Amino acid sequence: MAPIANDRRAERRGWRRFRRNRLASLSLYAFLGLGAIATAALPFAGRWYDVQSLDSAVRHTPSFTPVVAFDVFDVECEGSPKTGVRVSIARLFHRSSSWLGHDDLGRSLMVRLLMGFLVSIAIGLAAAAISVVVSVPWGCIAALSGGWIDTTMMRIVDVLYGLPYILMVIILKIALTRPLAALLGGETRFAEVVILFIAIGGVSWLTMARVVRGQVLALRDQPFIEAARAAGAGRLRILIRHVLPNLVGPVTVYASLVIPQAILQEAFLSYLGIGVQQPIPSIGRLAADGVQAVNTFVGFWWLLCYPCGLLVVTLMALNFVGDGLRDAYDPKSRADTLV
Amino acid sequence: MIARIVRRLVLGALTIVCVYSVTFLMVITVPGNPFRQGERNIPPEAEAALRIRYNMDNNWIYFGEFLRGAVALDFGPSFSYSDWTCNQIIADALPVSIMLGLLAVFLGVLVGVPVGVMSAVRRNGWFDVTTLGLVLLGISVPTFVTGSLLLTVGGVYLGWFPIGGWGTLAHLPLPALTLSLPLMAYIARLTRTGMLDVLGADFIRTALAKGAPPRTVVWKHALKVAFLPVLSYLGPAAAQTMTGSFVVEKVFGVPGLGQHFVNAALNHDPGLIMSTVLVYASILIALNIVVDVLYGWIDPRISGAV
Repeated sequence: MAPIANDRRAERRGWRRFRRNRLASLSLYAFLGLGAIATAALPFAGRWYDVQSLDSAVRHTPSFTPVVAFDVFDVECEGSPKTGVRVSIARLFHRSSSWLGHDDLGRSLMVRLLMGFLVSIAIGLAAAAISVVVSVPWGCIAALSGGWIDTTMMRIVDVLYGLPYILMVIILKIALTRPLAALLGGETRFAEVVILFIAIGGVSWLTMARVVRGQVLALRDQPFIEAARAAGAGRLRILIRHVLPNLVGPVTVYASLVIPQAILQEAFLSYLGIGVQQPIPSIGRLAADGVQAVNTFVGFWWLLCYPCGLLVVTLMALNFVGDGLRDAYDPKSRADTLV
Repeated sequence: MIARIVRRLVLGALTIVCVYSVTFLMVITVPGNPFRQGERNIPPEAEAALRIRYNMDNNWIYFGEFLRGAVALDFGPSFSYSDWTCNQIIADALPVSIMLGLLAVFLGVLVGVPVGVMSAVRRNGWFDVTTLGLVLLGISVPTFVTGSLLLTVGGVYLGWFPIGGWGTLAHLPLPALTLSLPLMAYIARLTRTGMLDVLGADFIRTALAKGAPPRTVVWKHALKVAFLPVLSYLGPAAAQTMTGSFVVEKVFGVPGLGQHFVNAALNHDPGLIMSTVLVYASILIALNIVVDVLYGWIDPRISGAV
């Protein structure tokens, strides 16, 4: 069908525009690179993020040890001594784990950062996914129904806007902790993370619902929708074939801006002590812990600088990508309606 | 205009009642018991008596009684801060937060708007690129980091500001600055986008063609229109800033309202939860009405709508 082909072309054009934005594409590559490193390290990070080594205080400061990815050892081979070489990624990883220092429990900061990066990204993605899943149907139904249904649904959004955000998150967390832990078979550690997903996602869909509704209202009066209706297309068909494809652009843009927001919000919650719970790391959690560590007389500077650096780099990269996407796919949009 | 304000006030009151109902529903469904906290373990008979005393034995009655009290600005006792009423807590903390919040919003506008205008005028110049980076930095660095850094530098190393305590003017600048940094960033960004939209408009070209000095055109004609998105952002943002930020209060030891939002929810203190929510919602809605009025004042075309 012609409209679909046009969509594809528009998509490719948008992508080309995005690629031309040097800052945005550089940010995207940096972000993907970080993500690739963290994902590659996951098998080791997942095993070691909670391993404490309390052997000596000296080990706490960052120390650069040259990485030797192989092990030279003596073996007995058919009765005669020989020197063997064993290449080991685990060893490489273990060796480099002291590069960024250790925290007060002797846990490798680098391992925790790699793990925390993934946890933070997961929180961001989950929040974005929840926002999309809730707000797209919400906005579409409101805009396409019109009348009192529209008024009621948007009033509900207004009322939820009137609730202070932090309080909502805390109450959602308290309310959901027990049922969800029961659902996950008493595994509270991960229930906490899932609750964070839901709590942060549950409050970030409001703005997107307004954006979707506005977009659908604007689309509803377009000639091509009218033409489809005149041609006898049903409501559902118009929604799926004509409205939804045109929502992909704006929704992607706003979803991409929800990710850094959610990560930042998780950092605040961590600072309040209600973010992810120990021993699970997130970048925000590590930065918040670092702030507390530096306020003491001993300057554990690396506990603040590295997590904050990673947090800032991640958020800036995501924001640049979001801005770039907005410029590329939504050039006429009033920038910064999502604040 | 008057009719519109009255309409908005009535709608706002309705919204507040809805906000109250939602909060009430959350408060009574969330697990936790205000009368059984920490080591305090009172016998069930005493708890039943307390519930009757505070109208909490029946949720419908509690709903009505609290609402009636709230209308008369009497929020009843707090259950987590013994011997304090919610009124006393709010009367203690809200002025601090409002003062700090106003200062932060003022700073944010004072810096954000000129920066936004200048970077829009010199689009893609070095100033624009630098501010773009700084703006994203301002949005990306959490306030607990900037606050701690400011406290360490300004309080410990330079010794210009007190590190703890509250009550003198010297205590104000650091928390206000911390609160205003993200505001500055957002305002600069919004102003820049708004200016870029406006500077291409016909009436700007007309004004320039008629010989109006470019400076007047930018700062008077264009800014007036470009300020509108900033204004609609400022409504909710100011409400949030003026009801206190838990993080900034924790970093600087400010006795503001933000801590009570968090503590009330964590301690399951129904009276305090509902009163703080009501205060927040009222300020938010009042500010939105103010923004609306200002909007109509700046752009008379809009006053007909809604």
